[in-house]
Order: sequence, then C-alpha cells, then structure tokens
Amino acid sequence: MPAPIRLRELIRTIRTARTQAEEREMIQKECAAIRSSFREEDNTYRCRNVAKLLYMHMLGYPAHFGQLECLKLIASQKFTDKRIGYLGAMLLLDERQDVHLLMTNCIKNDLNHSTQYVQGLALCTLGCMGSSEMCRDLAGEVEKLLKTSNSYLRKKAALCAVHVIRKVPELMEMFLPATKNLLNEKNHGVLHTSVVLLTEMCERSPDMLAHFRKLVPQLVRILKNLIMSGYSPEHDVSGISDPFLQVRILRLLRILGRNDDDSSEAMNDILAQVATNTETSKNVGNAILYETVLTIMDIKSESGLRVLAINILGRFLLNNDKNIRYVALTSLLKTVQTDHNAVQRHRSTIVDCLKDLDVSIKRRAMELSFALVNGNNVRGMMKELLYFLDSCEPEFKADCASGIFLAAEKYAPSKRWHIDTIMRVLTTAGSYVRDDAVPNLIQLITNSVEMHAYTVQRLYKAILGDYSQQPLVQVASWCIGEYGDLLVSGQCEEEEPIQVTEDEVLDILESVLISNMSASVTRGYALTAIMKLSTRFTCTVNRIKKVVSIYGSSIDVELQQRAVEYNALFKKYDHMRPALLERMPVMEKVTTNGPTEIVQTNGETEPAVLETKPPPSGLQPPSQANDLLDLLGGSDITPVIPTAPTSKPAGGELLDLLGDLNLTGSPVSAPAPQIAQPPFLLDGLSSQPLFNDISTGIPSITAYNKNGLKIDFTFERSNTNPSVTVITIQASNSTELDMTDFVFQAAVPKTFQLQLLSPSSSVIPAFNSGTITQVIKVLNPQKQQLRMRIKLTYNHKGSAMQDLAEVNNFPPQSWQ
Amino acid sequence: MIKFFLMVNKQGQTRLSRYYEHVEIKKRTMLEAEVIKNCLSRSKDQCSFIEYKDFKLVYRQYAALFVVAGIDHTENEMAVYELIHNFVEVLDKYFSRVSELDVSFSTSEIHLSISFWCMFQFILSS
Repeated sequence: MPAPIRLRELIRTIRTARTQAEEREMIQKECAAIRSSFREEDNTYRCRNVAKLLYMHMLGYPAHFGQLECLKLIASQKFTDKRIGYLGAMLLLDERQDVHLLMTNCIKNDLNHSTQYVQGLALCTLGCMGSSEMCRDLAGEVEKLLKTSNSYLRKKAALCAVHVIRKVPELMEMFLPATKNLLNEKNHGVLHTSVVLLTEMCERSPDMLAHFRKLVPQLVRILKNLIMSGYSPEHDVSGISDPFLQVRILRLLRILGRNDDDSSEAMNDILAQVATNTETSKNVGNAILYETVLTIMDIKSESGLRVLAINILGRFLLNNDKNIRYVALTSLLKTVQTDHNAVQRHRSTIVDCLKDLDVSIKRRAMELSFALVNGNNVRGMMKELLYFLDSCEPEFKADCASGIFLAAEKYAPSKRWHIDTIMRVLTTAGSYVRDDAVPNLIQLITNSVEMHAYTVQRLYKAILGDYSQQPLVQVASWCIGEYGDLLVSGQCEEEEPIQVTEDEVLDILESVLISNMSASVTRGYALTAIMKLSTRFTCTVNRIKKVVSIYGSSIDVELQQRAVEYNALFKKYDHMRPALLERMPVMEKVTTNGPTEIVQTNGETEPAVLETKPPPSGLQPPSQANDLLDLLGGSDITPVIPTAPTSKPAGGELLDLLGDLNLTGSPVSAPAPQIAQPPFLLDGLSSQPLFNDISTGIPSITAYNKNGLKIDFTFERSNTNPSVTVITIQASNSTELDMTDFVFQAAVPKTFQLQLLSPSSSVIPAFNSGTITQVIKVLNPQKQQLRMRIKLTYNHKGSAMQDLAEVNNFPPQSWQ
Repeated sequence: MIKFFLMVNKQGQTRLSRYYEHVEIKKRTMLEAEVIKNCLSRSKDQCSFIEYKDFKLVYRQYAALFVVAGIDHTENEMAVYELIHNFVEVLDKYFSRVSELDVSFSTSEIHLSISFWCMFQFILSS
C-alpha cells in the first residue's frame, strides 16, 4: 500500500475541486484510504492520517471512525503522535462518546510525565473535554500541578481547575489551599489564569466570595503596578501594558465589591485612577474603560465615581467608532435603572442613534429610549419613536409598537394625544402589534367619553383607505358599531366633521366582511358592529337585516352562530333589540390583564372564558360581574327572572354569565367571603356603621325591614366627584336563624349608573349579632331624585326567600 | 465565555474552526454559513458586534478572511475584539506575513497555538 499522502497534499487536492460534488468525491476516496490504513494498524503513518481526518472533520464531514485512533496516538510515546492525538481528542471526542473514558489512564500518566509539554498537552485536553468522572479521578493530579513552580504548567493547571470546578462543584474546596500563593506570582500568564480561577470560585459559592474579599488590596496593588509600570515589551498591546489582565482583574473586583462597602471603598481610588489615566485613542484603552465603567456601576461606589463613569459613557456615545457607541449603549441600558437622571442628560444623543444605519445600534438605542421616556419628555420622544417605527426593519416593529403602547399608557399627557398616538401606531405597523392591544385600545376609547366622536371619525377615515391591517380594522369596526350615530350626525368638536351617510358606513363594514384580507376575528367584529348599528341607524335597518341573514349560512362557524343569533333577535325578540344593543358603559380601568378585562372590553368573548377560569383571586371579578348585573337593572326592572333572555347591555353571550349569577347568586360572590373585604371604604367587618355619616350630615335611612331582615343605608358624598354618592348598606337579621346565601341586588332608573361592590359575606348571623356590609356607588350626573329598586334573595329556615322592594325615601342631600 | 472561534473566507469556506461547546457536525456547517452571511452583509462602517440567536458575534475582517468569535453576554466585547487582533498579529509574526494560504495549510499548528491562547473559553495568556 503506498504511503498515505500528507495533509498538505490533501488540502491542495481539495482546493482544486471546483464543485461541492467533486470535493465530496475526493474526500470519500481519501476517507476510504484512511480507513484501510487504520485497519492495517500502521503505526508510522497514523498521525498523518489522523491529521487529515481532523481537517476533513473541520470541513464538515463525519469522522467518528477516527476516535479510537486518536486514543492509540495518545498512548504512543512520540511527542508528535501525542500532539495530534490530543488535538484529535479535543476536537472529536466529548463526554457523550463512551470512548473518552479510556483516555483517563493515558492522561493520568501524562500528567506525571517528565516533559512539561506533554503535561501541558494533557492538562489542555482535560480542561477542554473532561467529563465529571475523569475530573474526579484526576483532580488530585491537577491540584498537585497547580502548586509547581513551573509557570507554564501552573497556568494551564489553573484553567484546568476551572473546568473541573465547573463539572464537579464539590471539588472546589480541594483547590482552595493551592490558590493562596497564586496571586504572588510574577508571571502574567499565571496571574491571569489565577484571576480566572478565583472569579469562577467566587461566582460559584458565596463562602468563597467572603473568603476572597481579603484579597482585594492585593489585587488593587497588582492593578496599580500594571498601570504604573513603564513599557514592558512582552506584555504590551498598543501602548498599554497587558490589557487582558487588567480587564480580568477589574472583573474580579466587580464580583468582590458587589454589595460590600469595605471592598468597594478600597477600590474607589484605583478605579478613578484607571478611568482617568487610560488612553482612549486606541481600542484597547476603550476596552479597559468599558470594563471599569461596568465595575463602577456594579459596586457600591461613591457618587463622584458614578458621575465619572456616566461621563465616560457619554464620551463613548459621541465617538465615531461604531463599536464604541454600541458598547456605550449597552452599558447605559444596564445603568439606566439606577442612575436615571444622569442618563437623561444624554438623551438627545441616544435618540440620534436611532437613525443610525447599524442594526445592532438601532436595537440598543430603541431599548434605551423606552427606558428613558418619562412624563416630561414623552411628546418629543414619541415623535422620534413613531418616526423610527415608520422606517425601521420589520423585526423591530413588534417590539417598538409594544414599547410605544406601554409608554403612552403610562405618560400620556392628554387623552386625545393618547388616541392619536395609538392610531398612528396602528396605521403604520398595524400587523405587528400584539393581540391584546386591541382590547386595551377599545377600553381606552370607551373611557374617554368626550372623544368618542373624534375617535370614530378618525377611525372611519383610516379604514376608508385601507382595511388590510387587522388590529386597526377591528378597533375601527367596534367603534363604528358603538358610535355610528355620532359619525352620521356629524358632530365633532376637535376636527372638521365629515358628512357620512348611513349607507356609506354600512358599505365599508360590508366590504370588511367580504374582503379576503380580513381574518375571521375581524369579520366577527364587523358583523357585530353592523348589528349594533341596527339600533343606532334609522333608515337602513332592512339592509342590515339582509346582511345578517346572508351570513346565517356562512361556512365560518363563528360568523354563522352570530348571524343566526342576530337573525333570531330580529324575528322573535325585536322588542328587546334596542335594549340589548345599547351603548357600552364606561369601563373601569383594570390594570391586571385577567380574563375579566376581556369580558368587559369585548362583548364577543364567550362565557366559557369566565366559567372555565373561575373567579380569580381579587375583588375585580365580583365587582365587575355585579356591575353587569346592575347595568342590567338600569334599563328594565324585570331582570330577576333568570330563565328569559333578559335585557342586557351588550352581547348575547353574557346571558349565561348573568344567568349563573342570578340563579345561584354565588359562583362569583361565594369566594368573596374568603377573599378580603370590599375595598377602601369599609375597613372591616363590624356591626357599627363604618363611617361617620353624621359628620357629612346626611341622615341614614332604613331601606327595608321585613321578616326580620333589616337593611340600612348610610350615605357619603364623594368630594372629588360631586355626582357620586356612596351608599353603604348594612343588612342585619333579628330572627333566631341565620340567613345564608344572601344576595343583594339593586336597580336604578336609566339616568343613573350604579356600581355594586362585593359584600363582606353572604351569611347574616341571627339575633343581630353581625351584619353584612356592602358598598354601592351611584353616579347621578343629572342630579335627579334617587330611586332604587332592590331585590333580596337568601336562604332562611331551609327555604329560599326572595323579595322585591322599592326605596324612595332617600334624603335630598344624598342626590342634590 | 467564548463559544467558538472561526476563520472563514469570503466564499464561505471555513479555514479554521474551534468549538468550545459541543455542536453537531451538520449544525456546524449551517452555523458557519449563517455566521458568514451575517458578517458579509455588514458594510465597513457598521459595528463589529452582531447579536445572533442568544450570543454575540465579534468579527474582524482581514483582507479576504473573516475571523469570528462567538461570545456570550458575560464577556467584554471589546476585549475579545482586541484578542482577535492580537491573535492575528501573532500569526503574522509566526508565518512572517501570514496569508490565507498559510492558514489553510497549517491548521493543526494554528489549533495548537489557539489552545495556548484560549484554553477552554478563557483567555489564557497574553
């Protein structure tokens, strides 16, 4: 068999290959030759073959058959063989192969070899790919080598120790005694690796951290020497002496100084010195400064030092070199939480970075800008960010849009501005916004009552042109459905009112329904909007009926269900249609993103959402569910019979929810007793009136007194909002048996709005020994006389009792 | 921590690769191709740090050869940048005016010198 070709020849041949296929062919041929040579157990050329194999492995071809050969090479006595063998082991083997355990013995022998180079090789390989078993076996040897005086070996042993600690953390204590002298070395290599070892130990275990804190002065001294010492050719990198070591030491100082005042104090001087003395003209200097800044930020440094650090970062930002700017932005992002004001000073530069061409810089600048937005600069920043949203790459748009929404929510100076901003985001980056942006926006719109006309007009104009952006179309169709009458009547104070006819509005909604671009959710929105308009619009009801009946046979199940239900509404329940499709009330702003929010903002959600997620902790569900209940009382007093589809403010799907509430009275209120009490107004269960209505001067009344159940009303007027009256009811029981499952419901005339908060419990103990308290808030904008109808349900003496009553004796001070 | 160290030429041929974490062979070629694509699409005045998946790439171009180091977020990017440069200077001295051919032909020697430098993810000696 002719001698196998040398590696260089192989490389040369491969380079002549013109196509991938040719290259593969050559490699296959060579592989075959290598395999047959291995089989022949040819010692002389083994190393050459393995070298070729490694090259082919690097190119991406499988080379696992060479693993055993590597082992044989390691076992041989020749240094060249060993070298290639270890290299092969490092590249080809790892813990997953079973073969690697066979190496353990070889490495052990080599660690005790007479030649330092062999020892070095063994250490290298162990440090690279040693598994935990190997590490456990060989840790003793490594530790021994850590103590030798040979600096070449010491540094390798130190890094090997790092690997061992990583794999087998329990062995950390074993290396502890050896580390004592490590920092006394003169050799930079050893110093460097020992610092790495110490860093690793400190990161892994807080005890070690405490132990090594006393080394801080020594480290400071070493660093000082490095800076002060003159030019030393062997360690010089562009004029700075051993920057790598400096950086490492700074990093270790950072870890040691974190949360520890004494160490931080010891470091203050040296950090200031490094920061001021390092040359910034070269990249090297900047690297050191960067590390210094990070360290200053992390430890408990004094404020002067921190200011210095931020100034350095500011200087970085102005530098022309992109790398430096990137690094500055990254570190500013880390520090903006703690030193907000200082970073604000550089805001304009950061905003300029948004316009940079470089993608990495843009991303960092965007994140940093969001962190910097506050009440004062929100308008200016938003302008810049919106401009950025227009022009940035698609991968940024989603993040940017969510960031803008959050910032706008927190700092919006006025409602109109808020709505404008959100609309702008929807029109520019509509398809990238998150799914919950739509309900949030809808809630926001309903909350800003005075802006309804303006909003709906703008939305209408927006989708006239283009209805491909789904979130925008969804919001727009919802709004048009709700406020279509405002649109048609042309009242708008903020902008020029446009003349729109009912037909045009229906046209646009129908085209949304028909269009291919609309998602099925959007179509659902549009259909419901059309339905709502049937009560708002006067002349086009027939058209609406027609549209709705067409969709009764749509393939999309969701649309079909809606259409069929709406159709039924037209045919059988036409008298209820206006009440059902009334305008949605102002929603309470819920900051938590729970399922309740969905129910409130989007009438389209199925009841399953609320039923499968049983009333979550907190009072929001009971109070909001009670809201619905009361609103239902607002239009018609007969809601109490649960079986008939009762008048509801929005969406047929809420029927079941309310039915549940009516029937059992407590899937929602039952948890209430276990949950903490009703909010702020009532501090605790007690049978005394909880606030001093005498001081406010409004007398309390007895609203109901029958069959042993007495209900008292006490009043309070809110100072902030004069049309709000807060009524606290107290229910007491003078019979001998408790009343359980007590539910209080109230209804008020249409001009009022009622909010019922959750009761303190649902059991009224007997003999007047306790009461149930519940808070009602009544909004009375027109200052009409307060009237209320109440319904009580409870269980008493084993039977369910139910009663209706009207309360007319409200004192005038409570509503004037 | 340095995850890997690559030297790839403009046509996408890997001249040298050193991985400090286990990556399967097929994935390696894909990784290298993507990395080089990212680096090639940058112009001269863009910064040398790219965010790629969950780590950063620090690259430097020398004539037709890209030297790329993949690091994670604990590492100081500028220090690694300097390391790359230092490394190339050393190669230069060793081969007296190193060129791509030298790199291709002396892979094993370079590997060994890398192990002097960055044994297992850390900078060993300067």
